[in-house]
Amino acid sequence: MSNSIIKVENISKSYILKHQNNQSYTALRDVIANNAKKIFNPKKAQNNNSKEEFWALKDVSFEINQGDRVGIIGRNGAGKSTLLKVLSRIVTPTKGRITIDGRIASLLEVGTGFHPELSGRENIFLNGSILGMAKSEIRKKFDEIVDFAEVEQFLDTPVKRYSSGMYVRLAFAVAAHLEPEILIVDEVLAVGDSEFQKKCLGKMKDVAGQGRTVLFVSHNMAAIQNLCDKAIVMKKGQVDFPIGDVNNAVRHYMRSVQESSKVDLKERKDRQGDGNIKFVDFEFLNENDESQVELITGQYVKMKFDYECVNDKVLSNITVAAAIYGDDGILYTVVGNEFSSGPFSSVKSKGTFICELKKLPIVAGKYIMNIVISQNGIMEDWVQEAITFDVEDGDYYGTGKIIPSSHKSILIENSWFNK
Amino acid sequence: MSKHRIIIEPGTENSNYWKDLWNYRGLFYFLAWRDILVRYKQTVIGIAWALIRPLLTIFVMAFIGWLFESRVPDNVPRLVFVAAATLPWQFFSSSFSETSNSLIANSNLLTKVYFPRLIVPASTVIVCLIDFFVSVVILIGIMIYYQYVPGVEVIMLPLFLLLALVTALGTGLYIAALNVKYRDFRYIIPFIVQFGLYVSPIAFSSNDIYSSEKIPQVIKYIYSMNPMVGVIDGFRWCIFGGASPINTSGFIISVAISILFLIIGIWYFRRMEKSFADVI
Repeated sequence: MSNSIIKVENISKSYILKHQNNQSYTALRDVIANNAKKIFNPKKAQNNNSKEEFWALKDVSFEINQGDRVGIIGRNGAGKSTLLKVLSRIVTPTKGRITIDGRIASLLEVGTGFHPELSGRENIFLNGSILGMAKSEIRKKFDEIVDFAEVEQFLDTPVKRYSSGMYVRLAFAVAAHLEPEILIVDEVLAVGDSEFQKKCLGKMKDVAGQGRTVLFVSHNMAAIQNLCDKAIVMKKGQVDFPIGDVNNAVRHYMRSVQESSKVDLKERKDRQGDGNIKFVDFEFLNENDESQVELITGQYVKMKFDYECVNDKVLSNITVAAAIYGDDGILYTVVGNEFSSGPFSSVKSKGTFICELKKLPIVAGKYIMNIVISQNGIMEDWVQEAITFDVEDGDYYGTGKIIPSSHKSILIENSWFNK
Repeated sequence: MSKHRIIIEPGTENSNYWKDLWNYRGLFYFLAWRDILVRYKQTVIGIAWALIRPLLTIFVMAFIGWLFESRVPDNVPRLVFVAAATLPWQFFSSSFSETSNSLIANSNLLTKVYFPRLIVPASTVIVCLIDFFVSVVILIGIMIYYQYVPGVEVIMLPLFLLLALVTALGTGLYIAALNVKYRDFRYIIPFIVQFGLYVSPIAFSSNDIYSSEKIPQVIKYIYSMNPMVGVIDGFRWCIFGGASPINTSGFIISVAISILFLIIGIWYFRRMEKSFADVI
């Protein structure tokens, strides 16, 4: 007999996408109106009502043993969150079967059910019970939670007066003191300052060390490698890399990211946004507008984004941004015209955006870039992991000294004085 | 191996549902506690609100009854007679409208945590129950003013309060589940509450309806199908005893409809429950 604590067999989850109405909710009057239309003119109503089945999860199977710490890796939209929701019993699967042997607690959001009017003390009890702790359990852990959150002197203040940092600390502290047999954690560590993040990771490692089973979703590959011993890679709702060693899984994921970025930007299907304007091509250029393949730290470089509008419309108030990530998934920096030179008040239906970097401020290594275009603050085109590129060592400061690439960092101009 | 075995499958009924509900009673308690705390946090407004609303309604309804010369039993002051109906009505109307909106109001919980969803509307009723107990002070105050002492029947009052609760929860659950899917139901809720105020025996007495010769029998049956008729007649009987007798056949119809609503409400709620997180 295997000692699997979670057994997932051929789980699928489908959603019906309705293209016809952009309303955020169904109104009874629309339903009645549409049905009436169908009676009088069956063909037309059907065309109007184009429905599309979308499989958020498809035939997902795996087994997790007691004490495993499993990371779930994948891009946005790969089905990670849906998987966690199905496992947490928040949504029911369309097909398949899951058997779970043990008390399960899931942490899909920090501070679920926190009420701003209530004090810190009251919220600890409320949140604890929402996460499935008994009252006696909360009372027993109360001091520990307060200690961990470092909010002792604000216990009787309504949490609406808390700083966002305090709020997050308190919320995570409650969750960190859950003692279920299985703990499910979604991307919740992305909040809070780095010191506290470290503390949380440490706490979660303790939890896992006590023989508990942990399922952990994160975009931070370093955190996954640090915390988990196994991982699953998800892709388009399916298992792309079956449960196995965490390092192999991360490597597999990074490779698939790099492969997909070789696909023409224009052909990428996994993009999000309204789509009135789209990225079609990308290139690095040097000072003479020649294509540049090798990038060097400190070198002059231009990023050239070719775009196209869908219906030859002239668009206005356009912002373009690129987020540069390291291959460990850590965000290095964001460049965007919104912050530096201001939005483009109007753009032609086809053209290029150029971003000029006088000195490339990142150390040698592999990088991944997500790119996004918005119009009037509404996202038009967002391509994740659109571009991957390598940077070679270079002399950023012009001193002949090079910061070693092991010091993964952004380089900034600085001068020193001694008086 | 742990004794907590959970099997997640589409479609199958969760056989442990009621046991689960019991296991989550702590959450039920905390959600009710949260709502009460928030309601009464700014104490002055919280308690004043629970008093002012019924008090004004009592005065207005008593005035309307007096204006149209509706009959009140002998030796029963009109204000006491109207208050005995206004309090259960107010309890029903606030429980009904708040349970109906409870799922939407707690949508952040529904999409992030698992628990038997029945807890949300059920805990909402508790707040209204507390409001009801606060407003009972009014009834007692008016009775003291008129030096009116109820008979022994008053010990049956909790039973009729339970009936009011069953009615409010039954209808509230049904509308709450519908409200998740069809968001325009929120426009229907205030209408039901307003309409109910006129067709329930608050300004007038049920006995006037049942004993009237002008009103055809069919209308009398339709009238008794309003579950709040049974609740209010019961309340009046508890307080005024024989002076305000219960019409047996009408009462049975009201109670049957209340229970039917509860059964339908729970059935529909449970049927829709699994898809709440998907559609909310």
